[in-house]
Amino acid sequence: MTVLTNPRVAPSDASADHLEPIPSPPRRRRARVRPGRILAWAALCMLMLVTLFPFYWMLRTALSTNTVLYTHAGSLLPVDFTWGAFKRVLGLATPAEAKAEGGSTGSIDFWLYLRNSVIVATTITAGQVFFSSLAAYAFARLQWPGRDAVFFLFLTALMIPPIFVQLPNFILIRDLGLLNTLAGIILPFFFMTPFAIFFMRQFFLGISKEVEESAKLDGAGHVRIFFRIILPMSTTPLFTLATLSYITAWGEYFWPLLVARADESRVLTVALGIFRSQTPQTGPDWAGLMAGTLIAALPVFLLFVLFGRRLVDNLGYSGIK
Amino acid sequence: MTAAQSASPVRAPHGRRSRRLGDLRVALLFIAPAALGFIVFYLVPALRGIWFSFTNQNLIGGGSFVGVGNYVRMIQDPLFWNALGVTVEYVVINIGVQTVLAVAIAVLMHRLTRSALIRGIMLLPYLVANVVVALVWFWMLDYSTGIINVFLDWIGVSRVAFFGNEMLVIPTIALINVWRFVGYTALLIFAGLQTIPTELYEAGALDGASEMRMFRSITLPLIRPVLALVLVITVVGSFQIFDTVAVTTNGGPVNATRVIYYYIYQQAFEKFDMGYASALGVFLLVALSVVAYLQLKIMRSNQSDLA
Repeated sequence: MTVLTNPRVAPSDASADHLEPIPSPPRRRRARVRPGRILAWAALCMLMLVTLFPFYWMLRTALSTNTVLYTHAGSLLPVDFTWGAFKRVLGLATPAEAKAEGGSTGSIDFWLYLRNSVIVATTITAGQVFFSSLAAYAFARLQWPGRDAVFFLFLTALMIPPIFVQLPNFILIRDLGLLNTLAGIILPFFFMTPFAIFFMRQFFLGISKEVEESAKLDGAGHVRIFFRIILPMSTTPLFTLATLSYITAWGEYFWPLLVARADESRVLTVALGIFRSQTPQTGPDWAGLMAGTLIAALPVFLLFVLFGRRLVDNLGYSGIK
Repeated sequence: MTAAQSASPVRAPHGRRSRRLGDLRVALLFIAPAALGFIVFYLVPALRGIWFSFTNQNLIGGGSFVGVGNYVRMIQDPLFWNALGVTVEYVVINIGVQTVLAVAIAVLMHRLTRSALIRGIMLLPYLVANVVVALVWFWMLDYSTGIINVFLDWIGVSRVAFFGNEMLVIPTIALINVWRFVGYTALLIFAGLQTIPTELYEAGALDGASEMRMFRSITLPLIRPVLALVLVITVVGSFQIFDTVAVTTNGGPVNATRVIYYYIYQQAFEKFDMGYASALGVFLLVALSVVAYLQLKIMRSNQSDLA
């Protein structure tokens, strides 16, 4: 089952971003502009519009004054521009200000939830990537009896619907007294995911044997080979995996909803769900809600700006998720 | 060879029978943390879950053995069958639309451009949390002030209660999640497309084959293994729809969006019936395994036509 292993990565020709890439060697000689191509481009542009519009709409709504959103529902620009929604969500607005702009006056402490989400996602990513890489190395490069059977056993975990193991895990976390703690959210994801091991193993399998052989001749043990040679060679897949892990951990809703509803250990996703269910059915604080979603999306956008290129080019590894 | 790590006296139960065991001692050291996580948070809970499904375990205390009682109850439970039906409807719409669109997008990108920017834009929705996606669309599809309904109104079509209409709510949620996952799926397929030698297309073009023809005769057969794997992954994921429902409809209106995952959640954490919830979980596990197995069999994913 080794499909989708890094199919030769697209050459980085950022110059070819434009419509008629002049040098782009692969296919197509400079064809006369066929109607089919125009149609195809039109379809692609349409798809991008549909992809991007909701993001714009979040921003437009978050920068509007909630009380007048209803009367100007069709306005494409922010209605009665204000930073009020962001202030409200971040607890910078006084209750009076919040009320005036149609927000709820209840206490929501997004700074706290933001902090919790950052701690949870960062810790999970660090543990997952490191421990999974260790295991992947043992599965890919070491010879030991039972290796393939154990690897297969790990992989079967991919087929388990998370909710099935999370019911007993909930009881375990409760019995450990870790309900409503960040540790309770982190622990089940901290040591491995089958996907992470699979992903790193695919990469390690592709490294040439000679790399290790020469190091062994120099008397280096496996621990040293792993840390001094293999890991430094693997920065690209490590970054890709870390980004994917971070995104997944950041967006996780179900598990933190089970084990950490209490205020002090609430993460952003859970907070947003609660925020939404607390707003009154008539006249919800859409502006505040959208400001909250933007804040929740922000770190991921940052990651994307930093590592997006790598992610896009290396997604081929991932095959499974 | 094991000099470097003999310093760490890890539990190495096979220490005595060394030699012929290869790198076993180092390997144990390397897999120890992952194995701990696997055993504690996957293997043991999976076995425990199976045990629960034969007991009347509840959230407060231990349960006693009730045989196949939970399973009998499941078969007789109309809400279970409803949940199953609703979930299958969701999966069919979600996967059907998403796969066709993803292949189309991947082929468009493959034949038109190598721009990383465009691929990046298509990936963007995948990066934001399910909850965020659900909330944004919930707002955009709002009956009275959502922009989509305002737009429908403006072009003279009557407004649609996307989340209030029992017939429309599952398709609505299915399409929202198509929006989130289609770019990601397209990129996986795109990666598969890149393994197809370009000479095939050049030869096709020389023979005067149309794009349509080349798609049918070159692209589709050659990405079949990739497509099979992507389908297995996305179908398994699709069955686990929960977040969007939990944030928007809470299973309603009536039972229209009470998907299987949500039903399990309710049994476990609203009815505190761990035993029954676990039986439902076992059912889901078995169903997913069967579906994945059949898909891989039907699509012969392990053989490539790319000789």
